[in-house]
Amino acid sequence: MSAVITKAYAPPDIGMGEILRYMGASGDLPQLVPVIDGCLAELSERLACKVCYTELSIIKEGDILDLGFVKVTSRALAKNLENCDRILLFAATVGIGIDRLIARWSDISPTKALIYQAIGAERIEALCDRFCHEMESEYGALRPRFSPGYGDLPLELQRDIFAYLDCPKRIGLTLNESLLMSPTKSVTAIVGILSDRRTKK
Amino acid sequence: MKITDYMKDHTVYLDGGMGTLLQAQGLMPGELPERWNITHADIIRNVHRGYFDAGSNIVNTNTFGANSLKFASDELDAIIKAAIENVRAAAEESSGMQEKFVALDIGPTGRMLAPLGDLDFEDAVAIFANTVKLGVKYGADLIMIETMNDSFETKAALLAAKENSELPVFVSNAYGEDGKLMTGASPAAMVAMLEGMGADAIGVNCSLGPKALAPVVEEYLKYASVPVLLEPNAGLPKVVDGRTVFDVTPEEFANDVAALVKKGVRIAGGCCGTTPEYIAATVRKTEGIKPVDITKKDITCVSSYTHAVIFGNEPILIGERINPTGKKRFKEALKANDIGYILKEGIAQEEKGVHILDVNVGLPDIDEVSMLKTAVCELQAVTDLPLQIDTSDPVAMEAALRRYNGKAMINSVNGKKESMDTVFPLAKKYGGLIVALTLDEDGIPESAEGRLAVARRILYEAEKYGISKKDIIFDPLALTVSADKNAAKETVRAVGMIKNELGCHTSLGVSNVSFGLPHRDLINGTFFAMTLAGGLSAAIMNPYSAEMMKVYRTYLALSGLDDNCEGYIAFADTVAEVTAAAPAEKKTADTADTTELRHAVIKGLRERAAEITGEMLGSTEPLAIVQNEIIPALDEVGVGFENKTVYLPQLLMSAEAAKSAFEVIKSSMASGAAADKCAFVLATVKGDIHDIGKNIVKLLLENYGFDVHDLGRDVAPEAVVEATVRLHAPIVGLSALMTTTVPAMEETVKQLRISAPWAKVVVGGAVLNAEYADMIGADKYAKDAMETVRYAEVING
Repeated sequence: MSAVITKAYAPPDIGMGEILRYMGASGDLPQLVPVIDGCLAELSERLACKVCYTELSIIKEGDILDLGFVKVTSRALAKNLENCDRILLFAATVGIGIDRLIARWSDISPTKALIYQAIGAERIEALCDRFCHEMESEYGALRPRFSPGYGDLPLELQRDIFAYLDCPKRIGLTLNESLLMSPTKSVTAIVGILSDRRTKK
Repeated sequence: MKITDYMKDHTVYLDGGMGTLLQAQGLMPGELPERWNITHADIIRNVHRGYFDAGSNIVNTNTFGANSLKFASDELDAIIKAAIENVRAAAEESSGMQEKFVALDIGPTGRMLAPLGDLDFEDAVAIFANTVKLGVKYGADLIMIETMNDSFETKAALLAAKENSELPVFVSNAYGEDGKLMTGASPAAMVAMLEGMGADAIGVNCSLGPKALAPVVEEYLKYASVPVLLEPNAGLPKVVDGRTVFDVTPEEFANDVAALVKKGVRIAGGCCGTTPEYIAATVRKTEGIKPVDITKKDITCVSSYTHAVIFGNEPILIGERINPTGKKRFKEALKANDIGYILKEGIAQEEKGVHILDVNVGLPDIDEVSMLKTAVCELQAVTDLPLQIDTSDPVAMEAALRRYNGKAMINSVNGKKESMDTVFPLAKKYGGLIVALTLDEDGIPESAEGRLAVARRILYEAEKYGISKKDIIFDPLALTVSADKNAAKETVRAVGMIKNELGCHTSLGVSNVSFGLPHRDLINGTFFAMTLAGGLSAAIMNPYSAEMMKVYRTYLALSGLDDNCEGYIAFADTVAEVTAAAPAEKKTADTADTTELRHAVIKGLRERAAEITGEMLGSTEPLAIVQNEIIPALDEVGVGFENKTVYLPQLLMSAEAAKSAFEVIKSSMASGAAADKCAFVLATVKGDIHDIGKNIVKLLLENYGFDVHDLGRDVAPEAVVEATVRLHAPIVGLSALMTTTVPAMEETVKQLRISAPWAKVVVGGAVLNAEYADMIGADKYAKDAMETVRYAEVING
């Protein structure tokens, strides 16, 4: 068992193509660009990107996985973690600022709310990508990240992950009774470690 | 001895970290440490004793997460009893000779409060109250609320402590690297709120080491009039061989803390990563330092969930537009429970540059208590500005103050005994800056001297409640100059006398002065200038008035309050734009033809659509504009969306443009005759807090003339049924984003079938599809907003 580590990140570079994709738009929408730019300007300084994570050894018996902090049955996760006996468990958030902006505009300008929704989705995915990329340089090749609610992995696993990583205290991430996260632009995931390379500092 | 007496002339020492020490003793991640009070009492007592031996005066119980969300009531009772006994036992066993106290430790619930999360404020208060009552029952000496990273949750905890005990309360918040709480509050904002509510000591813990926390602590020392506490981490955590270690040594830690004790910190300890060694080193380094006197700061301020607004530097603008007096459209919005309209007024005034928003929603035929509470909650979810709660109903005032996330401005008290007897106790309990009108049982004194005398009596009475003059701002009342030629002059004199003789700040509702006169703006502007020159600290005013903004900006530039005239120059730019734009506007007005509005809506040009509509209203029937221009434009975009040649953002921009055109039409019509189709009840179901999809549906339905009743998000089935029955609505729309909230949707449909069998139910949201909709008994699954509109048109017939 190893310690839970908390890290803060500067916001990753903006992926405009992804933002448009999340908005359900694609191609050339010239009248949207100034609106999106305005939203990005309003958002700057309001992002607080944080990740907490730990490394765990796992034991597999068919579709039953002992993740080291909880046992869970999931064919999809078992398949995802083929050839892995260790995982990284992480929780990431871009902070509550974007939720404030979505709330500010949701009733007054659904267009802006939609744009912030899309920016938030892009931001949290970019943060996860960046974190996983960094972990690859430390741990070698990783499997694609896998979150509660994917395939047959129960969403209820969120409760165990939150307790184990102590997300509220470490990165200000909370879970409500419906298993929704707040800040909403957040991700918890399991990432299989493929290689045996261990370059831990 | 009581801790509040002891700390008057001593530096007080707190304990250090608990979690890291317990993990070293075998506590597993995810395991609840509070249970160890019972199962591993010996280990817990040893940790406590280590701190008393190191010189701590106050040791916290091991109850950080001991609350009724995590534990059933019997277990919670047993844990808190054992936890307090453990500290008491350690105090007795310790060889330390210092004064010793047991603090009931209270940490955050781990849940986010509404509106950002789903935990209701009063539920949070009740959760903390359970813990507080048990702490009192088992004999804690004080309450320590700590590591709070949300100002609203901090308020809930402090309120619970104050309402359920007489114990001293210390409150400590966790700040990030940016010097703010996770939810955005600055140190000045927290000081304002916590002092206002009567915390006995306030400060900072966790997150960072003492050096990194120093700037935050210095802000506390600058603003606080109560003792400041500090419990930093032992620096930042690093992982070495799979173990967490911290990068600041006990000696460095003690040196850094000592530096801050010299600056005025009166209560010192440690948080994550600190051990008895750190506390012992801190005691050694600081016990020779004479405690710095705690001074009254006499800062007049209010705060929001992000920042404090301080009176006395540049004059403060208080936006007056959230007030139904004399506003037909606003009254209508209030009666229709149209909170969106109020929010829009708030955001628009914020964008005009006001510092505070006045909130008045009083109308004879509405429930002001619930409306004011809702307006305050919703406004603070969308704006950063502090609010001025403006009501004459004490029940409404308390409801709003209770849920206000910060230190509010309270509008108002006056010199009548009855007024002071009601308002002062509320201000004392919840904190706040009170606007005091200089009138009493005999009315408004004519002379400035008379108003000054009333002001003195108000101060004298406030003193009895322990409310100091920094928390009172006088409104010497602007009376109409058309009724009394000396009215304005006396008011200006009163401003000066209150400032110079009482040392108090003043605020005025400026525009009353011009009542009954033509071109009121002209008089208002000059009067505003006179009062500013006379020392006025704040004005309740209309930020859309060019005259008022002109006076304000030029006054700042002329009074040495605008460096390099930057603010003025930026303002002047906007003035130039308006003048330059006017002729161009005229030109387009002449050529405005029928296709232009249609074009503006299709292209999503919000301002332009409103402008053209305004121009057309002079010569065209409102309904003709809707039928011939707006609806065809919406249809064109809607068909494009259905054929996938138009994307969602474009559809929305068009809908917003149409809405702004409708707004213009609505405000021109005698009454709210805009909705001509049937009632449509809309809600995001219980447990779900996503409402963007629902709001998109609402916007489109409104555009197509439906009478939409939006119940909001996280709506209980009973509330949906109640509204549907009350309105006899033929259609109900339900939205859910999460699989976990679909059962709530099913339950809502079930209850509707029983109590409102006539109603058709249309459902939508990310997790739904046609089969799922069938399964839960809905009439219709709509894949997007357009489909909902099409279905509603069929039902409407």
